[in-house]
Amino acid sequence: MPERSGADGPALGPRDLRLVGLRKAFGSAVAVDDLTLTVPAGSFFALLGPSGCGKTTTLRMVAGLETPTAGQVLLGEEDISRRRPYERPVNTVFQSYALFPHLSVEENVAFGLRRRGRKNVKGVVAEMLELVELGGFGRRRPGQLSGGQQQRVAVARALINEPEVLLLDEPLGALDLKLRRQMQLELKRIQTRVGSTFVHVTHDQEEAMTMADTIAVMNAGRVEQLGTPRELYERPVTRYVANFLGQSNILDGSVVEVRGNETLVDVHGVGLLVPGRLGAPGSTASFGVRPEKALAVAGDPTHRDPALRNAIPGTVTDVSFTGLSTQYVVRTPWDQELGVFTQNAGGETLVRRGDPVVVAWRPEHTFPLAAGTGAMPDDEPAAPPVMAPVSS
Amino acid sequence: MNAVVQAVRRHAVMAVGVLVLVYLFLPVAVVVLFSFNDVTGRFNFTWQGFTLDAWRHPCRVPGMCEAVTASLQIGAIATVVSTALGTLLAFALVRHRFRGRESTSLLVFLPMATPEVVMGASLLTLFVNAGVATGFATIVIAHILFTVSFVVVTVKARLAGFDSRLEEAAMDLYANEWQTFRRITLPLAAPGILSGALLAFALSFDDFIITNFNSGNTITFPMFVWGAAQRGVPPEVNVVGAAMFVLALLCVGGAELLRRVRTARR
Repeated sequence: MPERSGADGPALGPRDLRLVGLRKAFGSAVAVDDLTLTVPAGSFFALLGPSGCGKTTTLRMVAGLETPTAGQVLLGEEDISRRRPYERPVNTVFQSYALFPHLSVEENVAFGLRRRGRKNVKGVVAEMLELVELGGFGRRRPGQLSGGQQQRVAVARALINEPEVLLLDEPLGALDLKLRRQMQLELKRIQTRVGSTFVHVTHDQEEAMTMADTIAVMNAGRVEQLGTPRELYERPVTRYVANFLGQSNILDGSVVEVRGNETLVDVHGVGLLVPGRLGAPGSTASFGVRPEKALAVAGDPTHRDPALRNAIPGTVTDVSFTGLSTQYVVRTPWDQELGVFTQNAGGETLVRRGDPVVVAWRPEHTFPLAAGTGAMPDDEPAAPPVMAPVSS
Repeated sequence: MNAVVQAVRRHAVMAVGVLVLVYLFLPVAVVVLFSFNDVTGRFNFTWQGFTLDAWRHPCRVPGMCEAVTASLQIGAIATVVSTALGTLLAFALVRHRFRGRESTSLLVFLPMATPEVVMGASLLTLFVNAGVATGFATIVIAHILFTVSFVVVTVKARLAGFDSRLEEAAMDLYANEWQTFRRITLPLAAPGILSGALLAFALSFDDFIITNFNSGNTITFPMFVWGAAQRGVPPEVNVVGAAMFVLALLCVGGAELLRRVRTARR
């Protein structure tokens, strides 16, 4: 489990949100399957996955809008799984905002306080509208606001109740790219300020990485991997995660021998080093390397850097310059295409299409993958074809 | 010549629009105008001079005000009952999935599709066979019967565009089931329910055919007018017609004004 995010945690004690063996089936379709995870109090947590992976159903079970088929939702030691939505210290920012069209912005924001019998809400409401930079918009109707403004009203309406857990269901999905970036930072700022636990559901890996302290990557109703954005990116443990977060070159081979803390794996006759002990000689092993960790060089790469001990020969089949980097596609002798991104820092030796090159990287940049699991489902937004493993 | 064609082109839509409006409102205008007619003799068909007599003493025509009262009472009861029933039906049809939902939906349409003569006659047969004496009560029963469908259709249309996530959001914001209904569902469905109710009242107040079959000794306003037409319609009938029209106009205008004031205040 990830570490509690330091000073952000409230002083009240451990009110972590815990999902234990949570399961939801709609008829014979299992949306969430035996999900167990802990969201540390005060953290910004992201549930990341493609549509239909069960992340929204999970969120709705936490909100109380869906009853679990099995399992528990706990806040600290308190089991809230069977409580009605209005009996939980949890509020939601809905995907479509779900603002009440017949009420003013003020009344939308005041709704939760009024239902709990709070008097004199005007000051608090005005303060909350200031926080989301909508001071002076209180008397308008939601229909008179832009998408971004509506989104902020939805955030204010939920946050004003000071929920222990704020649930965000793809709240930025309807916004254009520029506004989305802006709102990502704004939400992060608000979260740091109020210190509530935020659980954010999204299918956008970049959004999850930008905002969250901890990400749980979900696939087919299960959590594939949980960790900080850096852990997930640098050390994905399944093929699914490796391809869902960024791009990966994935290689399959068989173990030759374990050398100390490294394993030598044979991939179509090329010996490659992978950190860790991958198993007995002869067993199959899969691993990957990020395109930006690899170099495409002519000649022996160790002449350039002795640490570049993993090397695969190949031919450059495609070169595209994106400004920030140059992206090469290199075809290996076994017809797999490997991606190589070279940052445009100046002084790179240029490689042209058709050139014979060696794709080289440091063994420590290699990440081993769990064998056989996490194949990409068909409906997946697959990594660009350039990166797809072609080998059999 | 060319300029004329241009002008016709430019104003054709406007001209057709004005003609249609004239077509729609001419009868109403005649009704209002002839309520001020100083009638001598039996017939109120030719303009004979201006007077306010009919407006001052509308009830001097024997039986007319009694008929109007009966119509208003029947309309009120039928509207309340059919709005309540129709709204519940509409909620059930839109919100719940149950066996026979589709066929219920279809059956609700039937009273609207049935010719009034058929429905009136068959209702009478039913009442006679059941030994129920026709009168005020049977008219109310008949009116509820044929107005419910209109309420269902109107409210259903409103609910179909209703985002049920709004109710989820309300529950998420500490509103229990009753509060959610009271604060979110009802206010949002209200325009549909209100137009259903108005439609029901208008249909009930207006109905002649079905009422005629099942009225017994009770005389409603449309029946009174029908009876009066044999002998010559007095201008007091026009007064009632004009008054209803003005009332409806005031209702619509008042609602619009209220809406504008509210929007301006927010």
